[in-house]
Amino acid sequence: MSVGAGQTYGPSALGGGLRRFVELTVTLARTEFKLRYFGSVLGYVWSLMRPLLFFGVIYLFFTQIVNISKGIPHYGVYLLTGIVLWNYLGEATGNCVACLVQRESMLRKVRFPRMAIPLAVSLTAAFNLAMNFITVFVFALANGLTPSVSWLWLLPIIVGFIVLSTGIGMFLSASYVRYRDVQPIWEVALQAWFYLSPIMYSAATYSKHLGRSGARFAMINPIATMQSQVGHAFISRSLPSATAVAGVAPVVVAIALIVAVFAIGWWFFTREAPRVAENL
Amino acid sequence: MASTTVNQMPRSAASAAAPEPASAVSASHVTKTFRIPHQQYHTLKERALHPLRRRTFDELRAVDDVSVDIGSGEFFGVVGRNGSGKSTLLKCLAGIYDIDSGNLDVRGRLSPFIELGVGFNPELNARDNAIINAIMLGLSRKEAEARLEDIVAFAELEEFMDLKLKNYSSGMQVRLAFSVAIQVDADIVLIDEVLAVGDAAFQQKCFDQFTGLKAAGRTIIFVTHDMGSVERFCDRALLLERGEVVDIGNPASIARQYNELNFNRVRREARELGGPETLRRAPVAEILSASFESPDGETVVATMQGEPCCVRTEVQFHAAVDNPLFAISLDDDRGRRAFAASTALTQRATGQFSAGELAVIRTRFENWLAPGRYRLTASVTSDGLGANAYDLRNDISTIIVHAGSSGGGAVDLPHTFEIERSQ
Repeated sequence: MSVGAGQTYGPSALGGGLRRFVELTVTLARTEFKLRYFGSVLGYVWSLMRPLLFFGVIYLFFTQIVNISKGIPHYGVYLLTGIVLWNYLGEATGNCVACLVQRESMLRKVRFPRMAIPLAVSLTAAFNLAMNFITVFVFALANGLTPSVSWLWLLPIIVGFIVLSTGIGMFLSASYVRYRDVQPIWEVALQAWFYLSPIMYSAATYSKHLGRSGARFAMINPIATMQSQVGHAFISRSLPSATAVAGVAPVVVAIALIVAVFAIGWWFFTREAPRVAENL
Repeated sequence: MASTTVNQMPRSAASAAAPEPASAVSASHVTKTFRIPHQQYHTLKERALHPLRRRTFDELRAVDDVSVDIGSGEFFGVVGRNGSGKSTLLKCLAGIYDIDSGNLDVRGRLSPFIELGVGFNPELNARDNAIINAIMLGLSRKEAEARLEDIVAFAELEEFMDLKLKNYSSGMQVRLAFSVAIQVDADIVLIDEVLAVGDAAFQQKCFDQFTGLKAAGRTIIFVTHDMGSVERFCDRALLLERGEVVDIGNPASIARQYNELNFNRVRREARELGGPETLRRAPVAEILSASFESPDGETVVATMQGEPCCVRTEVQFHAAVDNPLFAISLDDDRGRRAFAASTALTQRATGQFSAGELAVIRTRFENWLAPGRYRLTASVTSDGLGANAYDLRNDISTIIVHAGSSGGGAVDLPHTFEIERSQ
């Protein structure tokens, strides 16, 4: 925990040494996780309930009422994977919004690297994502998917989701300290983002309904890029890969966006961190 | 511009290199200002609707140009009324608030917390909480686990380690928190009003621990209202008022100035808002301080039941007074009056006092009070019926009474049992 000569003193996003920072982040995340899973007998079941219920409703609706699922092989697995990934993003960013304000007493009374808080929230959600992916794999195998090397695509995609969500989370948590309507604004934005992203439908829909230039524009959305790659690599070769929907350019932009969002979130949080305790 | 340097130096190395160690904390012209906007925008909507409106602020100087050198190994008190900026100063020292201007030099490992039990989670058991808290305060997980046994032993909570914290009494929580805090070995320990909680026996343990920390050469910076503990423990103290240093000096003189400051405020408010008659008049007699003493004249904050006890009250006379009455009383934690004494009952004539005279009144009594904490009220009143108070101070000091055993009554009077049997 020691502060070495030459380092800045006073509150900061990261000060206090890497070891302490990592240990603190992991401890905070572990605590949260423990509370969730061991607090009640059905802890794990409850945390799965939300994505599963959501999945159930959409699945029934789109397979039985509106037949959007046609043309997507293993639509159930496709939808569940998309929802579990989306659920991670929603949970990580949504819990980040108020995370600093909720830990007010800690921030006001202990000097510790402030960045540990949003990172711990994101890490907790990532633990959760890992747990949910167990269900996804069981469901996928039961649905007749055979494991292949291309499933490894899931790893960089999950990393992409984590980097994106953490970046947004850092930005939101620091903004919420100043502006309390960030929360409802973000909830609405999440809703819109969900429907704009190819989670319930396939990315191929873009080129069908929006035309070439429309699809190019739609694929800039990092979720669209990542989700279409999930479809192609994890579900079925017949689904278009990220680059097949509208070329390489929008995918490059989407990846750049992920990095940019993280960088902006990092920069903003680091800028705000020293004054967070007094602005609360 | 604010600049801060921190020199990390292990305690042993520091003492080897410099037998007369430099100051542990050195603050020069430290200023912390809070900006309080006239029109606070809490939402983006408001901000968007009024993009051009100038933002105006009131500036609140919570800490104003404070300079102080705290020596290594010193027990240093920071006192002041509510809102005087003492907690803000402590937060600046702890690195929780950024300072606006001035210099802050800290030598050695500084405890990063100012309050006990921060981050305790009621849903987790004591073991988990102790470890999490220790990590928050700067230990590694390994160190925290290795010290768990000591933490538990000191808190005397061995049987309750698997109990969820929500089932703990507040006293037990404080014990746990304090135990963790002292295991986090820092060269400089910051303490904010820690003594306000816990039962008498545990407070005594905390006091002992302070003495131990001090003996081990730690620097302790201690924020409090309680002048008794300032006089008992501190080598020096700093009095803050409206963010500015009033004085830095020996604890007795700081305690006196603190009481004076408080009384002047009471008097001023009485004049402005129409308080009791006696407060609005020019002061006749003023209580400068009151504290507990051991038989050999040392200031104490705790005493054993059965040992002779003494209250020392210092009174400054501003006008000639004949036969004023001096009185003290002790109230326990539940607000019950445990003991009251007045010169009106023991000696009618206290004598003539002239303007400018300083008198020290000692009230000696045999202490058979039940173990617990007692708050002292001291007063000076005019002679005669319908006596007017010249000065009356509630809670001017506190004492903790210990006992080997207690019958459970308000007092434990010395007694014997005699048993006569017919056969």
